[in-house]
Amino acid sequence: MKKTVLLLVVLTLLPGAVLGARQPAQPPATQEEFVPVGALPQSEQLPAAPLVIGAYAFVWVALMVYVWSLWRRMAKLERELADLQRRVQKQ
Amino acid sequence: MSRVFVPLVFVALVLFASAPLVVANAPFEQTMGLVQKIFYYHVPSAMLMFVSAFVCGIASALYLFRRSAVADRVAVAAGELVVLFGLIVLVTGPLWARKAWGVWWEWDARLTSSLLLWMIFVAYLLVRRFGGPGSEKLAGAMALFGMANVPFVYVSVNYWRTLHPKTSVVMTLTPGMRGAFWFCVAAFVALYVLLLTVRKRLEDRRATVEQLYLATEE
Repeated sequence: MKKTVLLLVVLTLLPGAVLGARQPAQPPATQEEFVPVGALPQSEQLPAAPLVIGAYAFVWVALMVYVWSLWRRMAKLERELADLQRRVQKQ
Repeated sequence: MSRVFVPLVFVALVLFASAPLVVANAPFEQTMGLVQKIFYYHVPSAMLMFVSAFVCGIASALYLFRRSAVADRVAVAAGELVVLFGLIVLVTGPLWARKAWGVWWEWDARLTSSLLLWMIFVAYLLVRRFGGPGSEKLAGAMALFGMANVPFVYVSVNYWRTLHPKTSVVMTLTPGMRGAFWFCVAAFVALYVLLLTVRKRLEDRRATVEQLYLATEE
């Protein structure tokens, strides 16, 4: 019984102790100044042009693929329809 | 039908091909700059996703309560277009967000509810494709559920705290932006009507083929 109680106490306290150990000792430093976006190094600036071009290209490609899939499905159905009509006429 | 179809193709192509030029001439937004131009394709796609969900839901209701086979074919066509325009919204949105918010995705009310709406209609198409005989009724009920979800997606930005711009953004556009935006809306609407017409025609052909199969079996 004592062993079970001891085990429960350890299991209850252990996760808290582990999480406490993982917490950073120091809070992040307070921001002391604002940096204009133009003063950022080139590596930290995210260019907008690839995102805009990507978005517009995706719209065009998605619509083209959909139109192509419609055309393909329609052509397949037309072939099937012509074949069936021939079979019905023979009967 | 063909008398309307050919001019519709012409109008849709002209409008859609000239839309990028109109967008390029629209003024840049003050804080977001170039990346805000995604708005001109993103928002009309979202509008048509909502419209198509309503078309699919109303057509499904007509099929469920009046047994209209034509309405069922319109519902399938509109359901597929919800998925197409929803995909455009869900891809162009994160591309815009990456620059504007610094993240590709945020699990806020508008983005999550839009994703759920899209997934409902993906499920609708999967049920129709793989559900077997009689799955039209189940799919119809799903479309009604999807349609009921649309108003919640629309107003979500006004009721919950979210990074997404509110619905009032469209009404407060400056004249230069407003013209380009409504031009793109017109282009997308023309394209939507064209795609819906062609997709519905595909379903008409499929129904004819099924009838002929039945005739040959008899």
